[in-house]
Amino acid sequence: MSDYRIQGATGEWEVVVGLEVHAQVTSNAKLFSGAATAFGAEPNTQVSLVDAAMPGMLPVPNRECIRQAVRTGMAIDAQINKWSRFDRKNYFYADLPQGYQISQLYHPIVGEGQIEIVLDEKNPDTSTKVIGVERIHVEQDAGKLMHDQHPTSSYVDLNRSGVALMEIVSRPDMRSPAEAGAYLAKLRTILRYVGSCDGNMDQGSMRADVNVSVRKPGGELGTRTETKNVNSVRFVMAVVEREASRQVDVLEAGGKIVQETRLYDPDKNETRSMRSKEDAHDYRYFPDPDLLPLVLDDAFLDECRASLPELPDVKRKRYEQALGLSPYNAATLTADADTARWFETLLTESAAAQKKSESDVAKAAANWLLSDLYGALNRLGKSLEDSPVSPAQAAELLALVADGTLSGSLAKQVFEIMLETGDAPGKIVEEKGLKQTSDTGAIEAAVATVLANNADKVEQYRGGKEALFGFFVGQTMKAMQGKANPQVVNELVKKALAG
Amino acid sequence: MTNLTDLTVAEIRDGFRAGDFSAREVAEGFNANVAAAKALNAFIVETPEKALAAADAADKAKAVGETLGALAGVPIGMKDLFCTEGVQTTAASHMLEGFVPTYESTVSGKLWAAGAGMLGKLNLDQFAMGSSNETSYFGNVISPWKRGGGDNAALAPGGSSGGSSSAISARLCPAATGTDTGGSIRQPAAFTGISGIKPTYGRCSRWGIVAFASSLDQAGPMARTVRDNALLLEVMAGFDPKDSTSLDLAVPQWEANLSSDLRGKTVGIPKEYRPDGLNAEIAALWDKGIAWLKDAGANVVEVSLPHTKYALPTYYIIAPAEASSNLARYDGVRYGQRDLPDGAGLQDMYAATRAAGFGPEVKRRIMIGTYVLSAGFYDAYYTQAQKVRALIARDFDRAFEQCDLLLTPTAPSAAFTLGEKQADPLAMYLNDVFTVPASLAGLPAMSVPGGLDSQGLPLGLQIIGKALDEQTVLNAGLAIEERAGFVARPDKWW
Repeated sequence: MSDYRIQGATGEWEVVVGLEVHAQVTSNAKLFSGAATAFGAEPNTQVSLVDAAMPGMLPVPNRECIRQAVRTGMAIDAQINKWSRFDRKNYFYADLPQGYQISQLYHPIVGEGQIEIVLDEKNPDTSTKVIGVERIHVEQDAGKLMHDQHPTSSYVDLNRSGVALMEIVSRPDMRSPAEAGAYLAKLRTILRYVGSCDGNMDQGSMRADVNVSVRKPGGELGTRTETKNVNSVRFVMAVVEREASRQVDVLEAGGKIVQETRLYDPDKNETRSMRSKEDAHDYRYFPDPDLLPLVLDDAFLDECRASLPELPDVKRKRYEQALGLSPYNAATLTADADTARWFETLLTESAAAQKKSESDVAKAAANWLLSDLYGALNRLGKSLEDSPVSPAQAAELLALVADGTLSGSLAKQVFEIMLETGDAPGKIVEEKGLKQTSDTGAIEAAVATVLANNADKVEQYRGGKEALFGFFVGQTMKAMQGKANPQVVNELVKKALAG
Repeated sequence: MTNLTDLTVAEIRDGFRAGDFSAREVAEGFNANVAAAKALNAFIVETPEKALAAADAADKAKAVGETLGALAGVPIGMKDLFCTEGVQTTAASHMLEGFVPTYESTVSGKLWAAGAGMLGKLNLDQFAMGSSNETSYFGNVISPWKRGGGDNAALAPGGSSGGSSSAISARLCPAATGTDTGGSIRQPAAFTGISGIKPTYGRCSRWGIVAFASSLDQAGPMARTVRDNALLLEVMAGFDPKDSTSLDLAVPQWEANLSSDLRGKTVGIPKEYRPDGLNAEIAALWDKGIAWLKDAGANVVEVSLPHTKYALPTYYIIAPAEASSNLARYDGVRYGQRDLPDGAGLQDMYAATRAAGFGPEVKRRIMIGTYVLSAGFYDAYYTQAQKVRALIARDFDRAFEQCDLLLTPTAPSAAFTLGEKQADPLAMYLNDVFTVPASLAGLPAMSVPGGLDSQGLPLGLQIIGKALDEQTVLNAGLAIEERAGFVARPDKWW
């Protein structure tokens, strides 16, 4: 993937990508005020005096927001700066009540870190690349202008004003749309594991500014453009692809790339110029005199570190090594914190239900989750969090398979009923009589009837047409209404045909 | 019978508790003085009903034997930079004309909670920017003082807390709040023959005070005596979780620990505060002050604050820089003045609103501040100023290795006439030359009256203390007060 090349008229071009991701910090209150942060509230209902920048109001840092930024830094193995400072970024806009955004330009709270991305999902252990993270700083979000409420005026909603954001700035280490997409997806995974951002890109909790430039492979870095507020992994990949090829076209036509801010239009799948560097603001950054430098003590850092969950890369390796899962399954199960959580509950419940170790039940649980459950959820258009089947019910189902009560096909039937009714599998087995039988007498009788009714086929089989074996098994299973133990059926059919 | 409006805060407090008079009588007395002093233009809003309501509450509490607050029965004036719930708060600007806060500043809230009543909102320099109270949108405040010999020229009460100083010296209120960014409590106190203290930065919460320069702004009391300042500051100070720069420290009992016995204390006299051409009468008063402190038992040594001469330029970079950003919120969008010309867009509205809402001095400082923070100039001005600020603070640290407090003049001259320095901003800024260094270093500093000059105008002495050592500052102030015997008051002409 890192040999992604754009074929131009003058030869091959390489794309260089860096991302600045804004991630809304998960917290009940804003970065510098006590106002709430819930998504989708009525306009201007979550605005404190501080957020509205009333005269004499002062910011006070929200400890939880700082904590989440530090935990995020720790999760990407970054340097945590025990001394950091807030700066004001000054500009006038109607969605910015203070006339400045409180941010961290000069001394961010988190320094150099790194994120490992997987280039080939089939080989998550070997096909990887490390993307550098330059810094993470915390800053305030702005409010929102609403232009569709009145024919001649614009309205302002300050609910988002002052909400805490982490700005996570990567190094320009990505070299293809796929790498940019993988980086954003991996970052989202980590944030969701840590719990510092919900990662809901469609609600604006996470958005990326995509910096793109092109150059001849290995040559000097080209001039970059920055495409703002891209809000999905797919769009980020599209921006890299479109913007890189646009730049190649410009350069090959003898033009120059202008350092500028661009916007992405998903409907037309193109980027277009928003403003160039010449009319960029002079933000007049300076240290916010209302706030003291942020000094973190060791106890706080220890608490942050201790509260970190097992992170995705570590978890994936554990799934492979301790649970014996395939690299692909391990990677799929750990790619999302909710999936991993669901899987681990299933694992615990399964081990308990079967009185076995987790490693003994892990493969069956993983296979069932990734094929049966995911298949069903896909079909139903549901996500794991609103799965009609709970991990405990699933564990019960898997236990019924393991102890031979249900065959694979019976288990599928029971699962379908579980999806519809939400009932426990034991209850369904009981009520519908779906229990598998190994009663040799009953099965022998059924086999005998099948053979008697198909004397011509028995003849053919014995004459060498062995492919017919499956037919006799199928007919027997049908006669047994699917409840016969397939292994026993196999044996008895074989025996009867031999006789 | 004593004229109740001639009493100090402590005398009112004690007399009320002793039953010598009712709180209502006091409030009525001051309300009457306020009503009769329109010529001074000290108040932007008068609130006699608030003063009476607090007085009646105090009288009632006393009658039923409830515990009385530290300021029960005491009416005061409130600088119109403090947001007061339900009462217009303007910072003396057109921008905030008609703005009525839904909230109460921490400091004013503490004063009301202690039983004080509000006589009104006091005039000031617009957004506290000025040294003469000539930048108010609501007109100049006039000092009650006149030069002797029939000179009828209107004098400046100092600034920015000019409404406070004028009202106190004219007995319109026994005390008032002030705020001090570069001398705005101390210089007006000196000009009007009263006392005022700027405590250590962080002692008083800034929450609810219209911001000028956040790293310098401090609230403090102004009154006629050192004792009054001590007891008022005790009420005003204290940790506030709503202000990140507020100091999380207990408030000392400054009044109870007042003592003019300075034995064992060493007073430093900074030689850089005696430049060539220092006004001879100021120099003479300073020498008297030194003698008084010696008389109180203190040792006196000469000290050096070598970076003093850079303090004023440093201040006039840092304060406007912060102000240019702090005042960005006055944009016409959410409250206050809005000018929306026909067909105007957002940028036009900003321009029109701010052009009409801010006075010339405020605009000047916003432009200076914007300039010094702009790309290409930031390091040469703002970064450099911050470095010099650190050196100035270090000067004080080193001086305080040799002494416990510093004595200097408060201002380079007595009160000047209104209009005298208006055409020359630099001459105006020079008024802050002695007060600005302590502001930059965040140190407690006080002005107390020392005497009158040959024209009959008050002159003040400044005491600068170590960080958090307001007690020594107040004690030295008391020692001077006892020895200066300053009893002069302006003749009533208004």
